[in-house]
Amino acid sequence: MVINAPPSVFTATYGVTPADLESYLAEALSRGGDYADLYFEHRVNHSIVFEEQIVKTATKSVNVGVGVRVLSGEKTGYAYSEDLSRASILKAARTAAFIASAAPDGSKIKEPGPVAREHDLYSAPILPNELGVDRKIAMLEEANLAARAYSDKIRHVQASYVDETKQILIVTSEGRYVWDVQPMVRLNVLCIAEENGNRQSGYQGGGGRRSLDVFSGDLDPKAIAREAARQAVLQLSAVDAPAGPMEVVLAPGWPGILLHEAIGHGLEADFNRKKTSAFAGLVGQKVASELCTVVDDGTIPFRRGSLNMDDEGNPTRNTVLIEKGVLQGYLQDSLSARAMGAELTGNGRRQSYDHIPMPRMTNTFMMAGESAPEDIIKSVKKGLYAVHFGGGQVDITSGKFVFSASEAYLIEDGHITAPVKGATLIGDGPTVLRQVTMVGNDLQLDRGVGICGKEGQTVPVSVGLPTIKIREITVGGTEK
Amino acid sequence: MSSGSDNLRELAQEVVREARNAGASEADALILEEEAFSVTVRLGEVETLKESISRTLRLRVFDGKRTAASQTSDLTPAVVRQLVAETVEMARRTSEDPSSGLPDASLFASTFPDLELLDPEWDALSPADRIAMARRAEAAAMAADPSIVNSEGGSFDYSRSRTVLANTFGFLGDYAGTAGSISAVPITQTDGAMQRDYWFSTSRRVSQLESPEAVGRRAAERALRRVGARKVKTCEAAIVFDPLTARGLMGHLFQAVAGDAIYRRGSFLVDRLGSPVAAPSISVLDNALLKGGLGSSPFDDEGVPSQTTRVIDRGTLGNYLHSAYTARKLGSRPTGNGARTGAGSMTVGPSNFYLEPGTHSPDEIIANTKSGLYVFEMIGSGVNLVNGDYSRGAAGLWIENGKLTYPVHEITISGNLKEMLQSVDMIGNDLLFMGNIASPTVRIPRMVISGE
Repeated sequence: MVINAPPSVFTATYGVTPADLESYLAEALSRGGDYADLYFEHRVNHSIVFEEQIVKTATKSVNVGVGVRVLSGEKTGYAYSEDLSRASILKAARTAAFIASAAPDGSKIKEPGPVAREHDLYSAPILPNELGVDRKIAMLEEANLAARAYSDKIRHVQASYVDETKQILIVTSEGRYVWDVQPMVRLNVLCIAEENGNRQSGYQGGGGRRSLDVFSGDLDPKAIAREAARQAVLQLSAVDAPAGPMEVVLAPGWPGILLHEAIGHGLEADFNRKKTSAFAGLVGQKVASELCTVVDDGTIPFRRGSLNMDDEGNPTRNTVLIEKGVLQGYLQDSLSARAMGAELTGNGRRQSYDHIPMPRMTNTFMMAGESAPEDIIKSVKKGLYAVHFGGGQVDITSGKFVFSASEAYLIEDGHITAPVKGATLIGDGPTVLRQVTMVGNDLQLDRGVGICGKEGQTVPVSVGLPTIKIREITVGGTEK
Repeated sequence: MSSGSDNLRELAQEVVREARNAGASEADALILEEEAFSVTVRLGEVETLKESISRTLRLRVFDGKRTAASQTSDLTPAVVRQLVAETVEMARRTSEDPSSGLPDASLFASTFPDLELLDPEWDALSPADRIAMARRAEAAAMAADPSIVNSEGGSFDYSRSRTVLANTFGFLGDYAGTAGSISAVPITQTDGAMQRDYWFSTSRRVSQLESPEAVGRRAAERALRRVGARKVKTCEAAIVFDPLTARGLMGHLFQAVAGDAIYRRGSFLVDRLGSPVAAPSISVLDNALLKGGLGSSPFDDEGVPSQTTRVIDRGTLGNYLHSAYTARKLGSRPTGNGARTGAGSMTVGPSNFYLEPGTHSPDEIIANTKSGLYVFEMIGSGVNLVNGDYSRGAAGLWIENGKLTYPVHEITISGNLKEMLQSVDMIGNDLLFMGNIASPTVRIPRMVISGE
């Protein structure tokens, strides 16, 4: 076997050789099994916290490990080692092998050869872990000053910076041999405003899969800070949110969390393979108004949810989930695609080497429609205009989902009026998009802050939305 | 990799010595070693089987009143040595903070209580026994009713962990613990609509786990009672939180009394120490000394001896919870709640944080509720800790004239935590630990339900 090994940290620092890789795969399939893969990861993270006008602390993390996975039918055996010595990886491979119980079949292992990546979405001349702390601290200082300058009602500012530089190498028994370097940066600003004993908070963050050059324009540290301060001060004058079903207009960008919760999770292939999703069996059926076309696109340069390849080494792509209201398909990983006889979509993701991959979203958004956003607002007699959201959650089996507005306004006679207190919106995933009656021409993606949790694993994602109008959804305020 | 506990103690001491040699004025190092096993059985077949041994080093260094922290899973000497040097260098780039530093030297103890965290009986369970427990839990759930036709499986999880902490004051402590759980997640299908629910049992001791059959049956009962769920009209009504959802309320309360939220003025309980913040029937403890408790430990992540802290005493806010840092900042004493983040820096975390049980049985609470909602699931993150505003998705059973009637979902319940705590009017005698935060059943006489 001849492999032109890439100049990765795994070969250079840890001395992993091509012959080693083949022996690990052979050990993994030593009790039969249909497929095995190795996921080597070297991850460096930094953080800096600026608070109460000083640099409070800085941190660095270094995590190294390899996950060994064996598939046998729909069964998964998994083990990992944080020690990249030959003996330790062989032991992990032997442990993972125990999921299968047949005779070894050497023909299952194809000779791995380096595969060219199909995408180059975020190569950075300087990786975040190669930069010193000075520029990072300077950005936090700028953010702090900008937030405090916004209003004298701002009592507390916490500005924080985090980055990640992840190198991965994936080798499969099917002969894939791919590697990637994945940068990520993010800046967060939290402000607390206080006036006459009334206290409110505002939060904004931003970033992407690249280096510090991402922090300009909308993502300038000062712009992020002013946005956090604006939200905190605005909430000081918020009135009680209404309670009950009503017409709701969602602003463009981050409110796309609606799509992530209402339909995205329900379209992950594992839940549909097991028929535990409210969307199981609905491909080809109308699940949304014909104004709605929804995609999951992992190939947008520099986006937080983008990847050159997923965590099983397969190329990401743009997958149409809903076209003009009709459900097109699911988000696949290799296990589900194999079991369902479906095409791969490049959505097999994992938090890190100590986790089993599963179908996950990347950047999920609705395509722009034709309405002008101001016409959408004008068309509402009485309703809610929701601009910013905190988190969301879904029960994929019943289809019920929530997402919580942190900045919203009443709409009265076609005009945006009073800001209201935070309120949770609740709806039904398979039916909520049927209620979409207008779609704006102003698609935006979020600023790069999404964290998606599933079965104890988190991965970075993005969402996006044009302005849309939903005929009726239940708003959980206190004002009846 | 094989190295016994003594090696981990030596390594922790070696790391703080190296930090000192690299120029740190103070340092502490925590090493966590964990061995884990988990299996999920779905529709009778093993679906996933995972085993691991992991180790992580978390280091904190001080350069006078400046601090930085680091973490690594790579414990090879060269990597650790370089990380120690980099961490000291990072600390030099941060600002002086008068409250910074290790806990005061006088706080550290050298002997620790046995909190019964470790049960050797887990070792007697073979992988086959463990798989069988997961399988039995799922099978019991599937057998409970013909409408249960699908499942997310039955699981068995086990972990054994060891924590070693050393610092430059010469403190050296370690403890080990075990924990395991059994769970089941059945799905009912009736008239094309599916409902899913779960149950689990968790304990540090094998003998205290519910049987797999009991877990499966309870999970099935919980899924079955959701069949036919509907919305209700928007209204005001009493809310009875079951122990699992009430523990969510305790989670919010913990965040609101944590010292870091207080100095940031990010809590609705800022400036309220010594004031009545809850109904007189409410007493809340943070008790790290609970024998066998899932949140128990002999000392916290910076070596402060564990204690029992009365957070709310008969309605009055008695104490905030502190790390050494937040205690210095707020002029108080550390309460043994120093918790290390994944990256090694210090924050404030709960030990066993719970509402003390009342005298009413849950049935009595329901029987005393004329009209309201018995909540068994909350979803979403609609809680604003800065001012207490609360709005979350809920599912449960409607209570009419003291009786549980039809299931309800796709609704929200809203209010404000300040008022919710003040107005609690019945507390159950059914305190249930399914984690380190716990609560009995709790009734709040009036909240807004948003539905149809």
